[in-house]
Amino acid sequence: MSSHGITRADVQAVNLPRRRIVNSAMELLAWLAAAIAVAALFVVVWSVVKRGAPALNLDLLTKTPVQFALGPVKQGLANAFAGSLVLVGLATLMTVPVGILIAVYLTEYAAPSVRSAVSLALDILNGVPAIVIAIFVYGLFVVGRGQSGWAGSFALACLMLPLVTRSTMEVLLLVPGSLREASLGLGVPRWRTTLSIVLPQTLGGIVTGTVLAVARVAGETAPLLFTSSIVGTQVSWSPSHALQSIPVAIYELSESPDPADHARAWAAATVLLAFILCTSLAARWLATRGRRRLSTSR
Amino acid sequence: MQAAESPRLSDRRFRAGDAALQLVAGAAALAACVVVGLIVWKVIAGSLPSIRAYGVHFVWRVAWNPVLGHEVYGAGSFLFGTAVTSLVALLLAAPLAIGVALFLTELAPRFLRGPVTALVETLAAIPSVVIGLWGILVLGPVLRDHVEPALHSALGFIPLFGPASSSGSSVFTAIVVLTIMILPIVSSISRELFLGVPRELREGALALGTTRWEMVRGVVLPYARSGIAAAMILGLGRAIGEAIAVSQVIGSVVGIHWSLFSGGDTLGSKIAESYQGGTTKLQVASLIYLGLILLVFSLLMNVAAQWIVRRGARRQGVGTNRGALG
Amino acid sequence: MITQMQVRASRPERLDRVLAVESLDASYGGKPALKDVTMDVYENLVTAVIGPSGCGKSTFIRCLNRMNDLIPSFSQTGTIRYHGQDITGSDVDPVAIRRHIGMVFQRPNPFPKSIYDNVAWGCKVLGMRDNLGDRVERALTQAALWDEVKDRLKASALSLSGGQQQRLCIARAIAVEPDVVLMDEPASALDPIATGAIEQLMHDLKQDYSFVIVTHNMQQAARVADMTAFFSISRGEEGERWGELVEYAPTETIFTNPSDKRTEDYVTGRFG
Repeated sequence: MSSHGITRADVQAVNLPRRRIVNSAMELLAWLAAAIAVAALFVVVWSVVKRGAPALNLDLLTKTPVQFALGPVKQGLANAFAGSLVLVGLATLMTVPVGILIAVYLTEYAAPSVRSAVSLALDILNGVPAIVIAIFVYGLFVVGRGQSGWAGSFALACLMLPLVTRSTMEVLLLVPGSLREASLGLGVPRWRTTLSIVLPQTLGGIVTGTVLAVARVAGETAPLLFTSSIVGTQVSWSPSHALQSIPVAIYELSESPDPADHARAWAAATVLLAFILCTSLAARWLATRGRRRLSTSR
Repeated sequence: MQAAESPRLSDRRFRAGDAALQLVAGAAALAACVVVGLIVWKVIAGSLPSIRAYGVHFVWRVAWNPVLGHEVYGAGSFLFGTAVTSLVALLLAAPLAIGVALFLTELAPRFLRGPVTALVETLAAIPSVVIGLWGILVLGPVLRDHVEPALHSALGFIPLFGPASSSGSSVFTAIVVLTIMILPIVSSISRELFLGVPRELREGALALGTTRWEMVRGVVLPYARSGIAAAMILGLGRAIGEAIAVSQVIGSVVGIHWSLFSGGDTLGSKIAESYQGGTTKLQVASLIYLGLILLVFSLLMNVAAQWIVRRGARRQGVGTNRGALG
Repeated sequence: MITQMQVRASRPERLDRVLAVESLDASYGGKPALKDVTMDVYENLVTAVIGPSGCGKSTFIRCLNRMNDLIPSFSQTGTIRYHGQDITGSDVDPVAIRRHIGMVFQRPNPFPKSIYDNVAWGCKVLGMRDNLGDRVERALTQAALWDEVKDRLKASALSLSGGQQQRLCIARAIAVEPDVVLMDEPASALDPIATGAIEQLMHDLKQDYSFVIVTHNMQQAARVADMTAFFSISRGEEGERWGELVEYAPTETIFTNPSDKRTEDYVTGRFG
C-alpha cells in the first residue's frame, strides 16, 4: 500500500500550495490587526502630546481660569488640578479601608453562600455604567442639597471599590495558610493574626491595587458630571461644595468653539495621560517587585 | 490556679476582638450590597414620575421634546442610537481584537510579545474624555473631510452612507471611537483564552500536517468559542455604557436616521449632555428613566456573559473560577 | 510470522529504508540533547526506541516529523532522509512532511469534537474529502475502535475511555494515510488491557504503515518490535548529559545477544 517518495499522497496534496497561501494571508491579517491596534494608540497619544505640549506651562497649574476673557490667553486650570487632587484623594480614603475590610470578611469569615452573594454584588457594582452611578449619587446626595465634593468623591469611590476589593482579595488568598496557623498555634487570637500577620504581607498588593484604581478613576468624567460640575473658577480645597476636576474641565473645554479653550484642553489631557501612564507603570513595577519578594521569601 | 484564671479573662477580651473585626468587616460587606440595592432603588425611584406618565411605551417612543407645553419624552431614538453604535463597533472591534490576540499568541516573535501586549492594554487606560477630545478635534474633521465624502460617493446608494456630516460629529465618528475603546477588552480576554488552549491539542493538529491557520481554525477557536462570546458581550456592555466620549462626538440629534453620517444620540450620551440640569421634573425623571433602561441592559449583558462562560465550561467538562472576567 | 520477520530484519539491507538518519545532533538552547545519531528506519516494520529516561528518545522521535520546530530554543544538525529526500532543511515545509509522518502522543489528545469529526477533520483539511464516511470507517476499523463507536459517532470524543481515546488518536493519525506513524510512549497512560489492544494494532497494521515507537517498557519492545534502538545517557566533563544511540539491531539480538555492554546492562535490568 505504501509507495516510494512523496508521490502517493501528492494526488491529494495538490491543494497544499493553496493552503499555504491561505495560511500566509491569515498571518498577514493578524499582523495587520496588531499594527492597527498599536497605531491607534500612537495616533491618539501623539495627537494629544503634539497639541498639548506647546500649551503646557506653569500657568496651567497655578492660574485659575478667567471667566469672560476675550483674546487668546485664558490662563490656567488651577482649580481643576486642586479639585482633582481632593476628589481622588477623598475617594481613595473612602475606598481603601472599606475595600480591605470587605476582602478580609470574604476571605476569613464569610460562609460560601455569603461570599458568592457579596461577590455578585461587587460584580454588579463593577458592571454598572459610570453614568448610572452618577445618577444614583445625584439622587442620593445632590437632590435637595446641591452638588459637593463629597458627592463626587463618593461616586468615584463606588467605581474604585470593586477594583480595590478584588486586588486585596487576590493577595490575601496568596498568603500561605501555614502563616496563619503558626500564629494561631501560638495562641494569638484570630483578629490579631489577621491584622498583624496576614495584612502586612499583603500591603504591597493593596498598594498596587489602589494605585491601579486611582489611575482608572483619575480620568473618569461621568460620575462627576452630576455631582461636582457646577463650579466657580477659584481654587478650593473644601469638599463641601462642588469642585472642578481635570476630566470635567477637559469635557467642557472640548465642547467649546474657542481654540484657546481647546489648547488648554489638550494641555490638561497631556498631563492626565502622563499621570495615568506613570501610575500604571508604577503599579506594574510594584507588582513585579512584590512578586519577586514573595518568591524569594519562600 | 492563677494560670487557669488569666486565660479565661483574656478569652473574653480576645473574643470581643474577634467579634468586633467580624462585625466591622461584615458591615463593610453589607454596605457594598446595600449600595448596589440603593443604586437600583434610586434609579427606579428617580424615574417614577416618567414611568407613571408614559409607562412602558416610553421605551420605544421616538420623541424628545422638552419645550414646555409640548413636552413629550421617549427612549426610542436613543435605544436605536445605542444599538447601532454599539453593535457596529463590536462588529468592527471583534475581528480586530481576535486578530491581535492570535498575533500575540501564535505569530509574534518573543521580543515583541511583551511590548505589544502592554501597548494594547495602554489603549484601555486612556480616559474616555481624552478619546472624546481627540474625536471631536482630530478624528471628526478627518472623517468629515476625507472618509465620509469618499464613502458617500462610492456607496451612496445605500441609505447607510448619506451625505457627509457638517461638523464631523456623527454616528460614524462615535462608532470609530467606541471601536477603539472596546478593542483592548475583547483582545486581552481572547489572548488569555488562546494561551489556555492545551499544548497537546495544538500539537495533535499540527502533527496531522495542517498549517498553523488550519490548526487555529479547527482547534484553538472552537476551544475558546464560549470565552470569546463572553468577551464580546463584555465589550458590547462597555460600548453601551460609554457616555462621555460618545456624547462628545455624536452630534446630539433626536430621531431615527439611517445614515451613519448624521448625528444621533445614545442612552448614555443623552444623559451626559443634560448634566447642566433639566428644565422640568418630568424631563429629569425621563432622563433617569433612560438610565434605568441602560442599567437593565448592562445587568443583562453581565448575566449573559457569566451564563455563556458557565455553559461553555460545562460542555468542555472543566470548572471555571472566574468571578468577573477582566 | 515471527520467523519471517526475524529473517527480514536480520537482512535489513534487503528492506526499503523509509527514514535514514545521519549524524543527528540536537540541542535545546545550546544544551546538547542528542549526539551523533545514525540509524535507518525500515519500511513496514515496527522499530522501537528504548533507553533510560532523559536519554533523548522523545527528542529523537520528534525530530523525525519536525515537531521540535515548535520549540524556539531547539536546534539540530545532521540529515534525516525520507525516501531519499532530506527533510531537515529550512526550505522544507514541515506541513508537507507531517502528513506523511504522523504522530500519536503519550497522553490521548482528542479534539473537543465528536468522534466522527476527530477522524474526519484531518482528511477534510488536507483535501481528502471524497468518500469521507468510508475513510472514517476504515480508519476506525483499522484502529480496532469501529465496533465500539459505530453507533455513537456524533458523541463527544471526550466521553470515551482513555484506551478508546488513544485508539481514536491512532485512527485520526492513520486516516490521512501517512507512511510512517511515530508513537511517543502511546500506552504509558493506559491500563494493561488497553496497552495490549494497541500493541495488537501495531502488529496488524504493520503491512500498511511503518511504526516507530518510543517506549520505556522493555517488555513491550520485546513483544512488539522488529528492530530496536537502544539509547543511553553519556556524560561530559562539566557534567552535561546527552543521549547517544548505543546499539541498533533486530529486537531478538538486542535482548538475547547484545554487542554493547551498556545494552546488556540495560536489558538485564542492571540499571535504568
